[in-house]
Amino acid sequence: MRELIPYLINGVSVGGQYALIAIGYTLVYGILRLINFAHGDVFMVAGLVMVYATASMPIYLAIPLALIATVILGFTIERVAYKPLRTAPRMSLMISAIGVSYLIQNLAFYLTGGVPQPVNNPIPWISDTVAIFGASTKRVTIITPFLTIALVIVLVYLINHTKIGMAMRAAAKDFETAQLMGIKINSVISMTFVIGSFLAAVGSMLYFTNYPSVAITSGGMPGLKAFVAAVFGGIGSIPGAVVGAFIIGLCEEIIKGLGYTTFSDAFTFALLIVILCVKPTGLFGEKVTDKV
Amino acid sequence: MLKIENLHVAYGGIQALRGISLEVPDGKIVTLIGANGAGKSTTLRTITGLVKAVSGSITWNGEELLGKPIDKIVTTGIALSPEGRRVFPDMTVLENLKIGAYLRKDKAEIEKDIKWVYSLFPRLEERSWQLAGTLSGGEQQMLAVGRALMSRPKLMMLDEPSLGLAPLVVQDIFSIIREINRQGVTVLLIEQNANMALKIADYAYVLETGKITISGSGAELLADERVREAYLGKND
Repeated sequence: MRELIPYLINGVSVGGQYALIAIGYTLVYGILRLINFAHGDVFMVAGLVMVYATASMPIYLAIPLALIATVILGFTIERVAYKPLRTAPRMSLMISAIGVSYLIQNLAFYLTGGVPQPVNNPIPWISDTVAIFGASTKRVTIITPFLTIALVIVLVYLINHTKIGMAMRAAAKDFETAQLMGIKINSVISMTFVIGSFLAAVGSMLYFTNYPSVAITSGGMPGLKAFVAAVFGGIGSIPGAVVGAFIIGLCEEIIKGLGYTTFSDAFTFALLIVILCVKPTGLFGEKVTDKV
Repeated sequence: MLKIENLHVAYGGIQALRGISLEVPDGKIVTLIGANGAGKSTTLRTITGLVKAVSGSITWNGEELLGKPIDKIVTTGIALSPEGRRVFPDMTVLENLKIGAYLRKDKAEIEKDIKWVYSLFPRLEERSWQLAGTLSGGEQQMLAVGRALMSRPKLMMLDEPSLGLAPLVVQDIFSIIREINRQGVTVLLIEQNANMALKIADYAYVLETGKITISGSGAELLADERVREAYLGKND
Protein backbone atom coordinates (compact mmCIF):
# COMPACT_ATOMS: atom_id res chain seq x y z
CA MET A 1 0.00 0.00 0.00
CA ARG A 2 2.81 2.36 0.97
CA GLU A 3 4.35 2.08 -2.47
CA LEU A 4 1.05 3.12 -4.02
CA ILE A 5 0.89 6.49 -2.27
CA PRO A 6 2.99 8.43 -4.79
CA TYR A 7 0.82 6.98 -7.55
CA LEU A 8 -2.36 8.02 -5.79
CA ILE A 9 -1.04 11.57 -5.36
CA ASN A 10 -0.05 11.60 -9.00
CA GLY A 11 -3.43 10.21 -10.00
CA VAL A 12 -5.33 12.98 -8.30
CA SER A 13 -3.06 15.50 -9.97
CA VAL A 14 -3.36 14.03 -13.46
CA GLY A 15 -7.11 13.79 -12.85
CA GLY A 16 -7.20 17.51 -12.13
CA GLN A 17 -5.39 18.26 -15.36
CA TYR A 18 -7.78 16.07 -17.34
CA ALA A 19 -10.67 17.80 -15.60
CA LEU A 20 -9.54 21.23 -16.76
CA ILE A 21 -9.48 19.99 -20.35
CA ALA A 22 -12.66 17.94 -20.04
CA ILE A 23 -14.71 20.96 -18.98
CA GLY A 24 -13.95 22.56 -22.35
CA TYR A 25 -15.34 19.52 -24.19
CA THR A 26 -18.40 19.29 -22.04
CA LEU A 27 -19.26 23.02 -22.11
CA VAL A 28 -19.05 23.20 -25.88
CA TYR A 29 -20.99 19.97 -26.28
CA GLY A 30 -23.64 21.23 -23.90
CA ILE A 31 -24.35 24.26 -26.02
CA LEU A 32 -23.48 23.29 -29.61
CA ARG A 33 -23.83 19.48 -29.40
CA LEU A 34 -20.39 19.45 -30.97
CA ILE A 35 -17.34 17.41 -30.01
CA ASN A 36 -14.69 20.08 -30.42
CA PHE A 37 -11.88 17.94 -31.79
CA ALA A 38 -9.60 20.96 -31.89
CA HIS A 39 -9.69 21.32 -28.11
CA GLY A 40 -6.70 19.03 -27.50
CA ASP A 41 -4.71 21.10 -29.97
CA VAL A 42 -5.67 24.32 -28.24
CA PHE A 43 -4.26 22.66 -25.13
CA MET A 44 -1.03 21.89 -27.00
CA VAL A 45 -0.73 25.46 -28.31
CA ALA A 46 -1.10 26.76 -24.75
CA GLY A 47 1.90 24.60 -23.82
CA LEU A 48 3.95 25.94 -26.74
CA VAL A 49 3.10 29.55 -25.95
CA MET A 50 4.10 28.94 -22.34
CA VAL A 51 7.46 27.50 -23.39
CA TYR A 52 8.20 30.39 -25.74
CA ALA A 53 6.87 33.07 -23.42
CA THR A 54 8.65 31.93 -20.28
CA ALA A 55 11.91 31.76 -22.22
CA SER A 56 11.73 35.35 -23.37
CA MET A 57 10.00 37.35 -20.67
CA PRO A 58 9.46 37.42 -16.92
CA ILE A 59 7.00 34.94 -15.56
CA TYR A 60 4.42 37.50 -14.42
CA LEU A 61 4.05 38.51 -18.08
CA ALA A 62 4.49 35.05 -19.58
CA ILE A 63 1.63 33.38 -17.72
CA PRO A 64 -1.03 35.98 -18.54
CA LEU A 65 0.22 36.04 -22.13
CA ALA A 66 -0.16 32.28 -22.47
CA LEU A 67 -3.65 32.44 -20.99
CA ILE A 68 -4.76 35.31 -23.20
CA ALA A 69 -3.26 33.83 -26.37
CA THR A 70 -5.06 30.54 -25.75
CA VAL A 71 -8.36 32.27 -25.09
CA ILE A 72 -7.99 34.28 -28.29
CA LEU A 73 -7.23 31.09 -30.20
CA GLY A 74 -10.35 29.35 -28.86
CA PHE A 75 -12.51 32.37 -29.58
CA THR A 76 -11.13 32.70 -33.13
CA ILE A 77 -11.64 29.01 -33.91
CA GLU A 78 -15.32 29.34 -33.00
CA ARG A 79 -15.82 32.53 -35.03
CA VAL A 80 -14.01 31.28 -38.13
CA ALA A 81 -14.75 27.56 -38.25
CA TYR A 82 -18.00 26.97 -36.35
CA LYS A 83 -20.08 30.14 -36.45
CA PRO A 84 -20.58 30.13 -40.25
CA LEU A 85 -21.95 26.57 -39.87
CA ARG A 86 -24.59 27.44 -37.27
CA THR A 87 -27.47 26.19 -39.39
CA ALA A 88 -25.53 23.43 -41.15
CA PRO A 89 -25.99 19.76 -40.26
CA ARG A 90 -24.02 18.70 -37.18
CA MET A 91 -21.81 16.44 -39.27
CA SER A 92 -20.40 19.46 -41.14
CA LEU A 93 -19.54 21.10 -37.86
CA MET A 94 -17.74 17.99 -36.68
CA ILE A 95 -15.74 17.72 -39.90
CA SER A 96 -14.83 21.38 -39.57
CA ALA A 97 -13.57 20.64 -36.04
CA ILE A 98 -11.36 17.82 -37.33
CA GLY A 99 -10.05 20.19 -40.00
CA VAL A 100 -9.21 22.83 -37.41
CA SER A 101 -7.40 20.21 -35.34
CA TYR A 102 -5.11 19.31 -38.24
CA LEU A 103 -4.69 22.94 -39.25
CA ILE A 104 -3.43 23.84 -35.78
CA GLN A 105 -1.08 20.87 -35.67
CA ASN A 106 0.35 21.78 -39.05
CA LEU A 107 0.74 25.44 -38.18
CA ALA A 108 2.54 24.35 -35.02
CA PHE A 109 4.71 22.06 -37.14
CA TYR A 110 5.59 25.01 -39.35
CA LEU A 111 6.44 27.25 -36.40
CA THR A 112 8.43 24.71 -34.39
CA GLY A 113 9.98 22.98 -37.37
CA GLY A 114 8.53 19.76 -36.02
CA VAL A 115 11.06 19.74 -33.18
CA PRO A 116 9.60 19.12 -29.72
CA GLN A 117 10.18 22.27 -27.72
CA PRO A 118 11.96 21.54 -24.45
CA VAL A 119 10.22 22.55 -21.26
CA ASN A 120 12.95 24.11 -19.10
CA ASN A 121 11.52 24.68 -15.72
CA PRO A 122 9.11 27.32 -17.07
CA ILE A 123 7.40 28.18 -13.80
CA PRO A 124 10.13 27.62 -11.22
CA TRP A 125 8.17 27.66 -7.97
CA ILE A 126 5.73 24.91 -8.95
CA SER A 127 8.54 22.71 -10.27
CA ASP A 128 10.27 22.53 -6.88
CA THR A 129 10.44 19.12 -5.28
CA VAL A 130 8.50 18.66 -2.07
CA ALA A 131 7.82 15.71 0.20
CA ILE A 132 4.34 14.53 1.09
CA PHE A 133 3.34 11.36 2.98
CA GLY A 134 6.89 10.17 2.61
CA ALA A 135 6.77 10.51 -1.16
CA SER A 136 8.71 13.18 -2.99
CA THR A 137 7.09 14.95 -5.88
CA LYS A 138 6.95 18.28 -7.67
CA ARG A 139 4.94 21.01 -6.02
CA VAL A 140 2.69 21.20 -9.10
CA THR A 141 1.34 17.75 -8.26
CA ILE A 142 0.05 19.02 -4.94
CA ILE A 143 -1.26 22.31 -6.32
CA THR A 144 -3.14 20.90 -9.32
CA PRO A 145 -6.14 19.26 -7.60
CA PHE A 146 -6.72 22.29 -5.35
CA LEU A 147 -6.45 24.76 -8.20
CA THR A 148 -8.78 22.57 -10.27
CA ILE A 149 -11.40 22.39 -7.54
CA ALA A 150 -11.19 26.13 -6.94
CA LEU A 151 -11.68 26.89 -10.64
CA VAL A 152 -14.57 24.43 -10.85
CA ILE A 153 -16.27 26.10 -7.89
CA VAL A 154 -15.90 29.51 -9.55
CA LEU A 155 -17.25 28.10 -12.81
CA VAL A 156 -20.25 26.43 -11.19
CA TYR A 157 -21.03 29.66 -9.35
CA LEU A 158 -20.77 31.57 -12.62
CA ILE A 159 -23.15 29.20 -14.36
CA ASN A 160 -25.72 28.96 -11.58
CA HIS A 161 -25.74 32.46 -10.17
CA THR A 162 -24.85 35.00 -12.84
CA LYS A 163 -26.73 36.41 -15.77
CA ILE A 164 -24.31 35.07 -18.37
CA GLY A 165 -24.50 31.67 -16.67
CA MET A 166 -28.28 31.77 -16.87
CA ALA A 167 -28.00 32.64 -20.56
CA MET A 168 -25.64 29.71 -21.09
CA ARG A 169 -28.05 27.31 -19.41
CA ALA A 170 -30.97 28.66 -21.42
CA ALA A 171 -29.09 28.46 -24.71
CA ALA A 172 -27.96 24.92 -23.94
CA LYS A 173 -31.59 23.86 -23.60
CA ASP A 174 -33.31 25.82 -26.35
CA PHE A 175 -31.54 28.17 -28.78
CA GLU A 176 -34.67 29.68 -30.20
CA THR A 177 -36.46 30.47 -26.96
CA ALA A 178 -33.22 31.80 -25.49
CA GLN A 179 -33.08 34.24 -28.41
CA LEU A 180 -36.67 35.28 -27.75
CA MET A 181 -35.54 36.34 -24.27
CA GLY A 182 -33.08 38.69 -25.98
CA ILE A 183 -30.04 36.48 -25.33
CA LYS A 184 -27.35 37.00 -27.96
CA ILE A 185 -26.65 33.42 -28.82
CA ASN A 186 -23.31 34.11 -30.50
CA SER A 187 -21.91 35.89 -27.46
CA VAL A 188 -22.98 33.00 -25.27
CA ILE A 189 -21.28 30.48 -27.54
CA SER A 190 -18.13 32.61 -27.67
CA MET A 191 -18.19 32.73 -23.90
CA THR A 192 -18.17 28.93 -23.63
CA PHE A 193 -15.14 28.78 -25.91
CA VAL A 194 -13.39 31.47 -23.90
CA ILE A 195 -13.99 29.62 -20.63
CA GLY A 196 -13.07 26.24 -22.11
CA SER A 197 -9.82 27.57 -23.63
CA PHE A 198 -8.87 29.41 -20.46
CA LEU A 199 -9.22 26.26 -18.37
CA ALA A 200 -7.34 24.22 -20.98
CA ALA A 201 -4.52 26.78 -20.82
CA VAL A 202 -4.31 26.47 -17.03
CA GLY A 203 -4.38 22.69 -17.38
CA SER A 204 -1.68 22.88 -20.03
CA MET A 205 0.71 24.86 -17.83
CA LEU A 206 0.28 22.37 -15.01
CA TYR A 207 0.51 19.36 -17.30
CA PHE A 208 3.62 20.27 -19.27
CA THR A 209 5.53 21.25 -16.12
CA ASN A 210 5.83 17.48 -15.60
CA TYR A 211 7.00 16.75 -19.14
CA PRO A 212 10.35 17.30 -20.81
CA SER A 213 8.96 18.84 -24.01
CA VAL A 214 5.91 20.01 -25.94
CA ALA A 215 5.53 18.40 -29.37
CA ILE A 216 2.85 19.24 -31.95
CA THR A 217 1.03 16.02 -31.15
CA SER A 218 1.26 16.50 -27.38
CA GLY A 219 -2.37 17.59 -27.20
CA GLY A 220 -3.61 14.31 -28.64
CA MET A 221 -3.42 11.91 -25.72
CA PRO A 222 -4.47 14.21 -22.85
CA GLY A 223 -7.18 15.62 -25.15
CA LEU A 224 -8.55 12.17 -25.90
CA LYS A 225 -8.44 11.10 -22.28
CA ALA A 226 -10.18 14.26 -21.15
CA PHE A 227 -12.78 13.54 -23.80
CA VAL A 228 -13.24 10.04 -22.41
CA ALA A 229 -13.58 11.60 -18.95
CA ALA A 230 -16.28 13.94 -20.25
CA VAL A 231 -18.19 11.04 -21.82
CA PHE A 232 -17.68 8.89 -18.73
CA GLY A 233 -19.09 11.62 -16.49
CA GLY A 234 -21.93 12.35 -18.91
CA ILE A 235 -21.09 14.79 -21.67
CA GLY A 236 -22.74 18.14 -21.14
CA SER A 237 -22.39 17.91 -17.36
CA ILE A 238 -19.64 19.86 -15.58
CA PRO A 239 -19.60 17.85 -12.34
CA GLY A 240 -19.63 14.74 -14.52
CA ALA A 241 -16.54 15.84 -16.42
CA VAL A 242 -14.68 16.64 -13.21
CA VAL A 243 -15.58 13.41 -11.43
CA GLY A 244 -14.89 11.39 -14.58
CA ALA A 245 -11.48 13.03 -14.98
CA PHE A 246 -10.44 12.34 -11.39
CA ILE A 247 -11.57 8.72 -11.65
CA ILE A 248 -9.66 8.19 -14.89
CA GLY A 249 -6.54 9.92 -13.57
CA LEU A 250 -6.56 7.79 -10.42
CA CYS A 251 -7.23 4.53 -12.23
CA GLU A 252 -4.41 5.14 -14.70
CA GLU A 253 -1.90 5.83 -11.96
CA ILE A 254 -3.04 2.92 -9.82
CA ILE A 255 -2.58 0.61 -12.82
CA LYS A 256 0.90 2.05 -13.28
CA GLY A 257 1.58 1.53 -9.58
CA LEU A 258 0.60 -2.11 -9.86
CA GLY A 259 3.20 -2.54 -12.56
CA TYR A 260 1.00 -2.61 -15.65
CA THR A 261 2.10 0.73 -17.12
CA THR A 262 1.69 -0.66 -20.64
CA PHE A 263 -2.03 -1.07 -20.09
CA SER A 264 -2.85 2.25 -18.45
CA ASP A 265 -3.88 3.96 -21.72
CA ALA A 266 -5.70 0.87 -22.92
CA PHE A 267 -7.68 0.85 -19.69
CA THR A 268 -9.00 4.37 -20.32
CA PHE A 269 -10.25 3.54 -23.78
CA ALA A 270 -11.67 0.19 -22.69
CA LEU A 271 -13.55 2.14 -20.06
CA LEU A 272 -14.98 4.35 -22.82
CA ILE A 273 -16.29 1.31 -24.67
CA VAL A 274 -17.79 -0.18 -21.52
CA ILE A 275 -19.49 3.06 -20.51
CA LEU A 276 -20.92 3.54 -23.99
CA CYS A 277 -22.34 0.02 -23.92
CA VAL A 278 -23.64 0.01 -20.36
CA LYS A 279 -24.62 3.61 -19.63
CA PRO A 280 -24.29 5.79 -22.72
CA THR A 281 -25.43 8.92 -20.87
CA GLY A 282 -22.51 8.59 -18.44
CA LEU A 283 -22.49 9.01 -14.68
CA PHE A 284 -24.27 12.36 -14.59
CA GLY A 285 -25.84 12.26 -18.05
CA GLU A 286 -28.16 15.12 -18.96
CA LYS A 287 -31.13 14.76 -16.73
CA VAL A 288 -34.48 15.05 -18.37
CA THR A 289 -37.02 16.78 -16.20
CA ASP A 290 -40.34 15.18 -16.77
CA LYS A 291 -43.74 16.11 -15.58
CA VAL A 292 -44.46 14.25 -12.37
CA MET B 1 -48.85 50.42 -33.78
CA LEU B 2 -47.55 47.39 -35.59
CA LYS B 3 -48.05 47.48 -39.33
CA ILE B 4 -47.27 44.63 -41.71
CA GLU B 5 -47.30 45.39 -45.41
CA ASN B 6 -47.15 42.92 -48.25
CA LEU B 7 -45.00 40.46 -46.30
CA HIS B 8 -43.57 37.50 -48.17
CA VAL B 9 -41.78 34.69 -46.34
CA ALA B 10 -40.44 31.45 -47.80
CA TYR B 11 -38.76 28.40 -46.28
CA GLY B 12 -36.60 26.44 -48.67
CA GLY B 13 -38.68 27.25 -51.73
CA ILE B 14 -42.06 26.91 -50.04
CA GLN B 15 -44.05 30.12 -49.84
CA ALA B 16 -45.25 30.37 -46.26
CA LEU B 17 -46.62 33.91 -46.49
CA ARG B 18 -47.72 35.40 -49.79
CA GLY B 19 -48.02 39.08 -49.26
CA ILE B 20 -50.00 39.59 -46.10
CA SER B 21 -50.86 43.03 -44.73
CA LEU B 22 -52.28 43.67 -41.30
CA GLU B 23 -52.36 46.21 -38.52
CA VAL B 24 -52.27 45.89 -34.77
CA PRO B 25 -53.39 49.21 -33.26
CA ASP B 26 -52.14 50.19 -29.79
CA GLY B 27 -54.14 48.92 -26.86
CA LYS B 28 -56.20 46.44 -28.87
CA ILE B 29 -56.44 42.68 -29.03
CA VAL B 30 -55.97 41.47 -32.57
CA THR B 31 -56.24 37.82 -33.47
CA LEU B 32 -55.06 35.80 -36.39
CA ILE B 33 -57.00 32.61 -36.95
CA GLY B 34 -56.52 29.89 -39.48
CA ALA B 35 -55.86 26.20 -39.99
CA ASN B 36 -52.61 24.36 -39.37
CA GLY B 37 -49.91 25.47 -41.78
CA ALA B 38 -51.72 28.64 -42.83
CA GLY B 39 -48.71 30.72 -41.79
CA LYS B 40 -49.84 32.04 -38.41
CA SER B 41 -46.73 31.07 -36.48
CA THR B 42 -44.54 32.18 -39.36
CA THR B 43 -46.07 35.64 -39.10
CA LEU B 44 -45.17 35.94 -35.42
CA ARG B 45 -41.74 34.43 -35.91
CA THR B 46 -41.01 36.92 -38.67
CA ILE B 47 -42.06 39.83 -36.47
CA THR B 48 -39.61 38.75 -33.72
CA GLY B 49 -36.83 38.20 -36.23
CA LEU B 50 -36.52 34.42 -35.84
CA VAL B 51 -37.44 34.02 -39.49
CA LYS B 52 -36.15 36.21 -42.32
CA ALA B 53 -38.60 37.72 -44.77
CA VAL B 54 -38.23 37.67 -48.55
CA SER B 55 -39.87 41.05 -49.05
CA GLY B 56 -42.36 43.45 -47.53
CA SER B 57 -42.15 45.49 -44.39
CA ILE B 58 -42.99 45.28 -40.71
CA THR B 59 -43.02 48.62 -38.93
CA TRP B 60 -43.46 49.12 -35.21
CA ASN B 61 -44.35 52.70 -34.29
CA GLY B 62 -42.89 53.76 -37.61
CA GLU B 63 -39.62 51.86 -37.15
CA GLU B 64 -38.71 49.10 -39.62
CA LEU B 65 -38.19 45.77 -37.84
CA LEU B 66 -37.13 43.57 -40.75
CA GLY B 67 -33.40 42.91 -40.70
CA LYS B 68 -32.99 43.80 -37.03
CA PRO B 69 -31.47 41.21 -34.67
CA ILE B 70 -33.88 39.56 -32.26
CA ASP B 71 -32.51 41.19 -29.11
CA LYS B 72 -33.01 44.66 -30.63
CA ILE B 73 -36.59 43.77 -31.48
CA VAL B 74 -37.22 42.52 -27.93
CA THR B 75 -35.79 45.80 -26.62
CA THR B 76 -38.32 47.80 -28.62
CA GLY B 77 -41.06 46.21 -26.50
CA ILE B 78 -42.21 43.15 -28.41
CA ALA B 79 -42.45 39.80 -26.65
CA LEU B 80 -43.50 36.38 -27.93
CA SER B 81 -44.92 33.57 -25.87
CA PRO B 82 -44.00 30.73 -28.23
CA GLU B 83 -46.07 27.83 -29.43
CA GLY B 84 -45.80 24.80 -27.18
CA ARG B 85 -44.87 27.02 -24.20
CA ARG B 86 -41.13 26.28 -24.38
CA VAL B 87 -40.39 27.04 -20.74
CA PHE B 88 -36.86 26.14 -19.62
CA PRO B 89 -37.59 22.79 -17.93
CA ASP B 90 -34.57 22.55 -15.64
CA MET B 91 -34.78 26.09 -14.35
CA THR B 92 -37.05 27.07 -11.51
CA VAL B 93 -40.22 29.07 -12.08
CA LEU B 94 -38.50 32.12 -10.64
CA GLU B 95 -35.47 31.71 -12.90
CA ASN B 96 -37.75 31.39 -15.92
CA LEU B 97 -39.33 34.70 -14.98
CA LYS B 98 -35.96 36.33 -14.40
CA ILE B 99 -34.67 35.24 -17.77
CA GLY B 100 -37.71 36.90 -19.32
CA ALA B 101 -36.23 40.16 -18.02
CA TYR B 102 -32.81 39.31 -19.44
CA LEU B 103 -32.32 42.58 -21.30
CA ARG B 104 -33.48 44.79 -18.45
CA LYS B 105 -31.11 46.32 -15.92
CA ASP B 106 -33.57 47.98 -13.52
CA LYS B 107 -33.38 45.48 -10.66
CA ALA B 108 -35.97 47.09 -8.43
CA GLU B 109 -38.48 47.28 -11.27
CA ILE B 110 -37.84 43.65 -12.16
CA GLU B 111 -38.68 42.64 -8.58
CA LYS B 112 -41.90 44.62 -8.87
CA ASP B 113 -42.79 42.93 -12.14
CA ILE B 114 -42.18 39.49 -10.64
CA LYS B 115 -44.75 40.43 -7.98
CA TRP B 116 -47.06 41.67 -10.73
CA VAL B 117 -46.79 38.36 -12.62
CA TYR B 118 -47.39 36.48 -9.36
CA SER B 119 -50.50 38.55 -8.78
CA LEU B 120 -51.75 37.61 -12.25
CA PHE B 121 -50.85 33.95 -11.71
CA PRO B 122 -50.92 33.15 -7.97
CA ARG B 123 -50.23 29.51 -8.84
CA LEU B 124 -46.75 30.46 -10.05
CA GLU B 125 -45.90 32.09 -6.75
CA GLU B 126 -46.77 28.89 -4.88
CA ARG B 127 -44.43 27.01 -7.19
CA SER B 128 -41.68 29.57 -7.57
CA TRP B 129 -38.93 27.15 -6.48
CA GLN B 130 -40.21 24.22 -8.48
CA LEU B 131 -38.50 23.24 -11.72
CA ALA B 132 -40.57 24.43 -14.67
CA GLY B 133 -40.47 20.96 -16.23
CA THR B 134 -42.49 19.58 -13.34
CA LEU B 135 -45.41 21.99 -13.83
CA SER B 136 -48.68 20.94 -15.44
CA GLY B 137 -49.41 22.07 -19.00
CA GLY B 138 -51.63 24.91 -17.85
CA GLU B 139 -49.08 26.12 -15.33
CA GLN B 140 -46.36 26.00 -17.97
CA GLN B 141 -48.53 28.14 -20.23
CA MET B 142 -49.00 30.63 -17.41
CA LEU B 143 -45.25 30.65 -16.91
CA ALA B 144 -44.63 31.21 -20.63
CA VAL B 145 -47.01 34.17 -20.59
CA GLY B 146 -45.49 35.47 -17.35
CA ARG B 147 -41.99 35.12 -18.74
CA ALA B 148 -42.94 37.10 -21.83
CA LEU B 149 -44.48 39.79 -19.62
CA MET B 150 -41.21 40.14 -17.71
CA SER B 151 -39.67 42.04 -20.63
CA ARG B 152 -42.37 44.70 -20.05
CA PRO B 153 -43.68 44.41 -23.58
CA LYS B 154 -45.87 47.00 -25.24
CA LEU B 155 -46.90 44.32 -27.72
CA MET B 156 -47.46 40.80 -26.45
CA MET B 157 -47.71 38.07 -29.06
CA LEU B 158 -49.15 34.72 -28.04
CA ASP B 159 -48.82 31.66 -30.21
CA GLU B 160 -51.60 29.13 -29.50
CA PRO B 161 -51.85 29.66 -25.75
CA SER B 162 -54.77 27.21 -25.53
CA LEU B 163 -52.94 24.35 -27.20
CA GLY B 164 -53.47 21.07 -25.37
CA LEU B 165 -55.12 22.62 -22.32
CA ALA B 166 -58.36 21.64 -20.59
CA PRO B 167 -61.32 23.95 -21.36
CA LEU B 168 -61.39 25.42 -17.86
CA VAL B 169 -57.69 26.25 -18.00
CA VAL B 170 -58.19 27.81 -21.45
CA GLN B 171 -60.81 30.11 -19.96
CA ASP B 172 -58.37 31.13 -17.24
CA ILE B 173 -55.67 31.91 -19.77
CA PHE B 174 -58.05 33.96 -21.89
CA SER B 175 -59.30 35.98 -18.96
CA ILE B 176 -55.67 36.74 -18.08
CA ILE B 177 -55.02 37.83 -21.67
CA ARG B 178 -57.92 40.23 -21.35
CA GLU B 179 -56.59 41.46 -18.03
CA ILE B 180 -53.12 42.05 -19.48
CA ASN B 181 -54.72 44.02 -22.30
CA ARG B 182 -56.75 46.08 -19.83
CA GLN B 183 -53.48 47.03 -18.17
CA GLY B 184 -52.34 48.61 -21.42
CA VAL B 185 -50.52 45.86 -23.30
CA THR B 186 -51.39 45.43 -26.97
CA VAL B 187 -52.05 41.78 -27.81
CA LEU B 188 -51.56 39.86 -31.03
CA LEU B 189 -53.05 36.43 -30.55
CA ILE B 190 -52.83 33.36 -32.73
CA GLU B 191 -55.38 30.67 -32.20
CA GLN B 192 -56.91 27.54 -33.61
CA ASN B 193 -59.57 27.91 -30.96
CA ALA B 194 -61.26 30.53 -33.14
CA ASN B 195 -64.37 30.77 -31.02
CA MET B 196 -62.52 31.90 -27.89
CA ALA B 197 -60.14 34.14 -29.80
CA LEU B 198 -62.85 35.98 -31.74
CA LYS B 199 -64.82 36.60 -28.56
CA ILE B 200 -62.05 38.62 -26.97
CA ALA B 201 -60.61 40.18 -30.15
CA ASP B 202 -61.19 43.78 -31.19
CA TYR B 203 -60.13 42.91 -34.68
CA ALA B 204 -59.44 39.64 -36.44
CA TYR B 205 -57.83 38.30 -39.57
CA VAL B 206 -58.32 34.91 -41.19
CA LEU B 207 -55.19 33.44 -42.72
CA GLU B 208 -55.45 30.73 -45.39
CA THR B 209 -52.35 29.19 -47.00
CA GLY B 210 -50.29 32.32 -46.59
CA LYS B 211 -52.91 34.88 -47.52
CA ILE B 212 -55.39 36.93 -45.54
CA THR B 213 -58.84 36.08 -46.86
CA ILE B 214 -61.24 37.68 -44.38
CA SER B 215 -60.87 40.45 -41.84
CA GLY B 216 -63.18 42.37 -39.57
CA SER B 217 -64.05 42.98 -35.96
CA GLY B 218 -64.23 39.94 -33.71
CA ALA B 219 -68.01 40.14 -33.58
CA GLU B 220 -68.29 40.46 -37.36
CA LEU B 221 -66.20 37.38 -37.94
CA LEU B 222 -68.10 35.42 -35.32
CA ALA B 223 -71.22 36.13 -37.38
CA ASP B 224 -69.59 35.61 -40.77
CA GLU B 225 -71.01 32.60 -42.59
CA ARG B 226 -67.67 31.53 -44.11
CA VAL B 227 -65.85 31.76 -40.78
CA ARG B 228 -68.61 29.86 -39.00
CA GLU B 229 -68.43 27.09 -41.53
CA ALA B 230 -64.67 26.74 -41.72
CA TYR B 231 -63.52 27.54 -38.20
CA LEU B 232 -66.38 27.45 -35.75
CA GLY B 233 -67.86 24.15 -36.86
CA LYS B 234 -71.42 25.40 -37.09
CA ASN B 235 -73.39 24.49 -40.15
CA ASP B 236 -76.81 25.68 -39.05
